[in-house]
Amino acid sequence: MKYIPHTTEDIRQMLAVIGVDKVEDLYAEVPEELKLKQPLGIPSAQSEIEVRRIVGEMAAQNKVLVPFAGAGSYDHYTPSLIPYITSRSEFSTSYTPYQAEISQGTLAYIFEYQTMMARLTGMDISNASMYDGATATAEAMLMMVAASKRRKKVLVSSTLLPEVRQVVQTYAHYHGVEVHVIGHQDGVTDRAEITAALSGGDVAGVIVAQPNRFGIVEDLTGLADEVHAAGALLAVNAVASTLAVLRSPGEWGADIACGDAQSLGLPLNFGGPYIGYMCVKKALVRKMPGRLVGETTDADGRRCFVLTMQAREQHIRREKATSNICTAQGIMCLWVAIYLSLMGPEGLKEVNDQSYAAAHSLHDALVNTGLFAEAFPGKPFVNEFTLRFLGEEGVPALRQRMAKAGFLAGVVTEGEPDCITFAATERRTPDEVQRFLRLIQQ
Amino acid sequence: MNSTHYSPLIFELSRPGRKGYSLPASPWGDAFSVDGLPQTLKRTAPLSLLPEADELTVARHYTNMSNNNFGVDTGFYPLGSCTMKYNPKINEELAALPAFTELHPAQDDDCSQGSLRLYDELQKALSEIGGMSRFTLNPYAGAHGELTGLMLIRAYHLDRGDTKRTKILIPDTAHGTNPASAAVCGLQVVEVKSTPQGTVDLDSLSELLGDDVAGMMMTNPNTLGLFETQIPAISKMVHACGGLMYYDGANLNPCLGVCRPGDMGFDVMHINLHKTFSTPHGGGGPGAGPVGVRAGLECYLPNPQVEFDAATGLYRQVFNPKGLGQITPHLGNFAILIRAYAYILSLGSEGMAEAGTMAVLNANYIRERLKDFYDLPIDDVPCKHEFVFDGLREEYGGAHHDASHIRTLEVAKRLLDFGFHAPTIYFPLLYHEAMMIEPTETESLETLDRFIEVMKQIAKEAHDTPELLHTAPHTTPVRLPDDVKAVKDAKFTYTPPQPQ
Repeated sequence: MKYIPHTTEDIRQMLAVIGVDKVEDLYAEVPEELKLKQPLGIPSAQSEIEVRRIVGEMAAQNKVLVPFAGAGSYDHYTPSLIPYITSRSEFSTSYTPYQAEISQGTLAYIFEYQTMMARLTGMDISNASMYDGATATAEAMLMMVAASKRRKKVLVSSTLLPEVRQVVQTYAHYHGVEVHVIGHQDGVTDRAEITAALSGGDVAGVIVAQPNRFGIVEDLTGLADEVHAAGALLAVNAVASTLAVLRSPGEWGADIACGDAQSLGLPLNFGGPYIGYMCVKKALVRKMPGRLVGETTDADGRRCFVLTMQAREQHIRREKATSNICTAQGIMCLWVAIYLSLMGPEGLKEVNDQSYAAAHSLHDALVNTGLFAEAFPGKPFVNEFTLRFLGEEGVPALRQRMAKAGFLAGVVTEGEPDCITFAATERRTPDEVQRFLRLIQQ
Repeated sequence: MNSTHYSPLIFELSRPGRKGYSLPASPWGDAFSVDGLPQTLKRTAPLSLLPEADELTVARHYTNMSNNNFGVDTGFYPLGSCTMKYNPKINEELAALPAFTELHPAQDDDCSQGSLRLYDELQKALSEIGGMSRFTLNPYAGAHGELTGLMLIRAYHLDRGDTKRTKILIPDTAHGTNPASAAVCGLQVVEVKSTPQGTVDLDSLSELLGDDVAGMMMTNPNTLGLFETQIPAISKMVHACGGLMYYDGANLNPCLGVCRPGDMGFDVMHINLHKTFSTPHGGGGPGAGPVGVRAGLECYLPNPQVEFDAATGLYRQVFNPKGLGQITPHLGNFAILIRAYAYILSLGSEGMAEAGTMAVLNANYIRERLKDFYDLPIDDVPCKHEFVFDGLREEYGGAHHDASHIRTLEVAKRLLDFGFHAPTIYFPLLYHEAMMIEPTETESLETLDRFIEVMKQIAKEAHDTPELLHTAPHTTPVRLPDDVKAVKDAKFTYTPPQPQ
């Protein structure tokens, strides 16, 4: 049988050592009524050729569209080196690096990842990843509540992606956190509403998005001071790649930076695996969820790395742990570390510059057709923006028509059924934009 | 893996002006530049601390770094409760097909039919294997699955208007994620004692049951590798008080094709695809923790869900208003699901049963051959996929209370010298010197024999040359990292040396 080496003779020999006659005897204590009386109702074993055919046929049933869409999933280019290195089995087939002596590879790349993410977000400390941006944001909420001791209310801007807010709401509901959603004015978090909500003195933290779900870069000037004055913490959920050009959460004075680092060269993969990041100010490190790698020295005085501050974690603290997280996104840290190593500061800026130019070209061209109007006129954006569709066919029909022609025409803007949020990256070309425009105008 | 330690960090290989990327010359002209953003919104903190390196430097750096690492492809990995079986390579190749990797999650369902079909087929296969009615494949990991399952249990009780069920029963042998997940879910953890035989103590359990119990979390076989033979009675007791039974799927491997959690009376379960279904652990993820439910609980599964619409012949993502909510934006770690599906196809019905039973055969073989050297607290029933030694036997330096005492940690470290990964140690918490060994079904008899010989040799060394163990490991890339220093002089990021 596939992946099982034993011959009949091996099995006979082993059973003799154990002192039983047949393999079934090893299940003798299992109550008879629990044992399956017939084979599992799944297909019988398939050869590699057949598996390839079956899964290949499924892949062929997908129609990959050219995405003019983001909404948390950005089509940035993945340099070829990354999948080659990350598929090295020394990395991919290892477990969480509990045995530091034989896991220096994993530990070192996580340490590099932590360093890069802390620098990019402008924070002191990064953990070794969360599942994705949405769960990282939910964990940030739990962390703010835990840090405040008695406060149970968190303000969440309505300009966070709807999926992220949904996940935050789910965690909040079962954990007993009150989520107060802050509305938006003209596509930007309503600061007056935050001020009003903070005045109650019962808010543990505030979560805002950067750039937000409409693509708008929000001006967070003064927000951190205001939040801190009310005894609360500030978390900024930022699209990782854009931090190369945008003021970072650290520069805005945030206590927590959280979000998705998919934009750092991870494939779209139909939504996963991505990688959530979580970075904090030093004071919060003991409240931080997830693995942390730290530098130390070995018996011979050589620099090495270990999993550290494990007293926060579930396998030590059980129900008193800061989080239940165990397996997170391990190898995606390596993915990000290689991406940032190859791109460097210049490459990351250039990716943003080209994405900015592509998105702004697309934006102006769409508005110039007369079929679209700016949903939030004059608001600054990087690579994502929201337009109101004025055409008679309506948004669903337009998106369907474009899908037939091979394009993903943005995402429907939550709460604004006649609006579409578009995105473009450095992978889009003027030719694609021209074809897209021609089709839209047909 | 080799024993030479490759030690630079990428920051130390960085040289200003080096480039490891290429992008087309911008085809967009000069009309738009990111510099046009308002000044207040622009980054002012320098990015110069990110590395600058050419592609070969980066390639070599990470390749050399990988040589400091030990994976299943490197050698035997008997890490208990982690099911470190072989990760077939065809699964990697299929998950990397561009028609999967380039799919944007916001594409309409009509354009994602292949992926949605794979999701549904895998969902059905897992339901059959687990004896459940339906699975969600959205949870990202085992602990995420636990959290999802517990939310589902709460959603079920709340939907019935039963708000007083705030307690969750968890055996003292449970994985640490169980109580931690319960706490995140807002449940109060109540520990259930084990009998001296290592299984759930029914008397202790019955005292804890009441109308404030939301449910009970168990893994079967338990973390001692013992099958909980009283499971039908336990399920009946918990059900009788109105609670639901939750199955932690970390130990599902030995049950494959032999018995099913659904038939044991479990109402909700999760599966770790990165354990039982061979997707690579990736040094700590990404994994996947699908959650299954028995008939009657399907409506509480998280959104989005995938359904087949017979009328149109199309798969659709749907949002059920009764569902417990969203725990992921989309359909989970999809690329992991592809690997697990390919694995299930490869093994098929017959292979599934063989995987489970051969895993049990391997575990019992090692246990039998080493029990004269290592302390086996429970030996009156066969173990399942794993078993636990309580350190070395007394005659080899275990259970001593003086300088001649050899700890499980030292045995584990010495194993590394022989090219084996260590077992899980100091878990479960029932024993002081726990050493949990899980060989999995993919290891050959020769590998098991070599491991056994090395374990015997270590026992003899413990007796004859204990110093060798006190100072182990000797041949690994680094030796005995200072964990205390890592906490005391905490350094979580690289800082360049200050110029003199």
